[in-house]
Amino acid sequence: MSKLTGAQILLRMLKEEGVDTIFGYPGGVVLDIYDELARTDLKHILVRHEQGAVHAADAYARASGKVGVCLVTSGPGATNTVTGIATANMDSIPIVVITGQVPTKLIGNDAFQEVDIVGITRPCTKHNYLVKDVKDLAKTIKEAFHIARSGRPGPVLIDLPKDVSISKTSFKLPDDVQLRSYNPTYVPNRKQLLKVVDMIKKAKKPLIFSGGGVILSRAHKELAELAKKNKIPVTSTLMGLGGFSGMDPLWLGMLGMHGTYRANMSVSECDLMIAVGVRFDDRVTGKTDEFAPYAKIVQIDIDPTSIQKNIQVHVPVVGDCKISLELLNQMIDHEDMGELKPEHQQWLDRIDNWKKTTPQVYDQTDVIKPQYVIEKLFELTKGEAIITTEVGQNQMWAAQYYHFTQPGQFISSGGLGTMGFGLPAAVGAQVAAPDKLVVDIAGDGSIQMNIQEMATAVQYNLPVKVVILNNGFLGMVRQWQQLFYDKCYSSTKFQHTPDFVKLAEAYGAVGLRATKPEEVEKVLKEGIVCKKAVIMDFVVEPEECVYPMVPAGAPISKMLLV
Amino acid sequence: MTKKHILSILVDNEPGVLSRIAGLFSGRGYNIDSLCVAETAEPFVSRITMVTKGDSMILEQIKKQVNKIINVIKVTDLTDQEFVERELVLLKVNAKAEHRAEILRITDIFRGQVVDVGQEHFTINIIGDTDKITAILTLLKPFGIREIARTGCIAMFRENKSKS
Ligand SMILES: Cc1ncc(C[n+]2csc(CCOP(=O)(O)OP(=O)(O)O)c2C)c(N)n1
Ligand SMILES: [Mg+2]
Repeated sequence: MSKLTGAQILLRMLKEEGVDTIFGYPGGVVLDIYDELARTDLKHILVRHEQGAVHAADAYARASGKVGVCLVTSGPGATNTVTGIATANMDSIPIVVITGQVPTKLIGNDAFQEVDIVGITRPCTKHNYLVKDVKDLAKTIKEAFHIARSGRPGPVLIDLPKDVSISKTSFKLPDDVQLRSYNPTYVPNRKQLLKVVDMIKKAKKPLIFSGGGVILSRAHKELAELAKKNKIPVTSTLMGLGGFSGMDPLWLGMLGMHGTYRANMSVSECDLMIAVGVRFDDRVTGKTDEFAPYAKIVQIDIDPTSIQKNIQVHVPVVGDCKISLELLNQMIDHEDMGELKPEHQQWLDRIDNWKKTTPQVYDQTDVIKPQYVIEKLFELTKGEAIITTEVGQNQMWAAQYYHFTQPGQFISSGGLGTMGFGLPAAVGAQVAAPDKLVVDIAGDGSIQMNIQEMATAVQYNLPVKVVILNNGFLGMVRQWQQLFYDKCYSSTKFQHTPDFVKLAEAYGAVGLRATKPEEVEKVLKEGIVCKKAVIMDFVVEPEECVYPMVPAGAPISKMLLV
Repeated sequence: MTKKHILSILVDNEPGVLSRIAGLFSGRGYNIDSLCVAETAEPFVSRITMVTKGDSMILEQIKKQVNKIINVIKVTDLTDQEFVERELVLLKVNAKAEHRAEILRITDIFRGQVVDVGQEHFTINIIGDTDKITAILTLLKPFGIREIARTGCIAMFRENKSKS
């Protein structure tokens, strides 16, 4: 049997796990790994900040459905990953983060660039490891990938001391992972599903409420079948966008704090809610006591902790979304269901009417409206772009005015709401999907949080497009100040912002700007066809608000419409 | 309604596992009344016995969240079943000459033992369930308890009854 170093074992195991790309940043204790890396055909994307590496790996995972991988050094390299890891953890994204660590002998001595990253990331990873013996390395890596991608996915961190990556051991491929303490339930209980079938049969005002779980398990086809065959309208969380076609007549739009009127009203009036792959976040439910007050609620989720956490449900179904929906579809006998009930038809008509009476609108004036930019972007990209977002108003307008049809098409930090996510995410998504158009819909604040990744995009010829909705404000915070703090714009106005066109040029990318509505289309067209990375700076209405809006803690039927 | 629950948690005997569990409780704002960890008959497996409280929805979350930790093998809530519960307490109580007989009698009634004697104190060892411990502490309090060390509760099913 051949003897390999820890570094060699790591890279060998990554190949075994099907990894072809790593996002990373080198440093002292990972030098041996980087030295080995130069002799493999693994692609390494050298980012400009470790946070960027994690977001890129995260978006790579979201776009491709594979596990994203990053590699960083100890100490500051490791702590720089924390925001990225917490982001992936909140959105259940499978990534494996490998951090270098000081040699085992020095651990605990406050050695140079030592930090207890396993301790720090314990509450924001699905699981993490400190590998103390090279003999455990191969098995640990295999386990890490298994845990990251199975069940409810999530980030796993492996802390690898320098001496472990240097020492040699005989290498043998580890056996399949068997963990007696970890066995996610994929196939749901049939009895529970029978109850659901019966409830669908009886329902007069049914509603499907889908979330990130549908995207993660790629259950979009099964979801579409359930909705279309039974004429059940569909709403979704921010994380669920793309799980059901945004162009389908049964689509209601997103629900929650910035949900559409018809989506929130449907929740408030439905008599059956089939919740699939959601966790009833407070941004979705508003006041929980008044959430779906007339509905029997079915909740399908692979993670039992998501069930009965925030909302009391009537029929819990623990299982994988795809498998559960597939079984459910098989169990529904359409002959037995009979004709569409008149009440059900009335329900669909009522929803249609809401759509007509309270459409999503904005006033067009002689300043550029941010909504208009997204509408035009949707039109010009034929709805086919991968959209990443930053956080704030830009994110909500992206969710409202771009209509998604595919899982993995909308990539956004939902749970943690991490400003600075969008650009590195665009880099990761572009690496995963080189032939797709990738656009980061950004705010002038957020984009400055990881702007350095423009250099990464340019270095690797990744033609990502950044659309900045430049309102001169931390817009979403300003909106709350306008509505709930008497317009006291405390620290939300930027007194100085860089010239984004020049900044793009300084990075070796292309910079474009539109200041009037009639320039929007031209700039977008020029940006989209450009083969290079582009920043498009849209100088938009400074004090536009995102509507509808449900004030925090209010019932979701109580929306501010303008 | 908030109720006391005794959870018996089997975990991989690995560094960091206790911190995962303690971190979960502090991070999510759950209560820990007492916590007791030791090896089991099986190598590589430890048992954590934890006393916690909360209403039924919180308890359901606690059990699921603990179960979700990768190193947790099994979580059992002993409270709704027949179980035996024990705690060991060492207590140092003031024992002036005129009180010695009384303290010894109380200790005897509770089947405790005096494990250390001084001019002015006894150190007493008591084993029992929560009620018994509370009772003896109440009785000895008037004499002046100087120090207490408690192990926290450990518990197990009653095999014959819980099987039915
Ligand atoms: C890292 C981080 N810091 C602070 C916040 C709080 N926050 C949420 S939205 C927002 C404003 C974002 O401003 P900008 O990127 O310009 O977007 P806009 O809302 O103007 O579209 C802030 C500060 C956050 N979500 N993330
Ligand atoms: Mg802004």
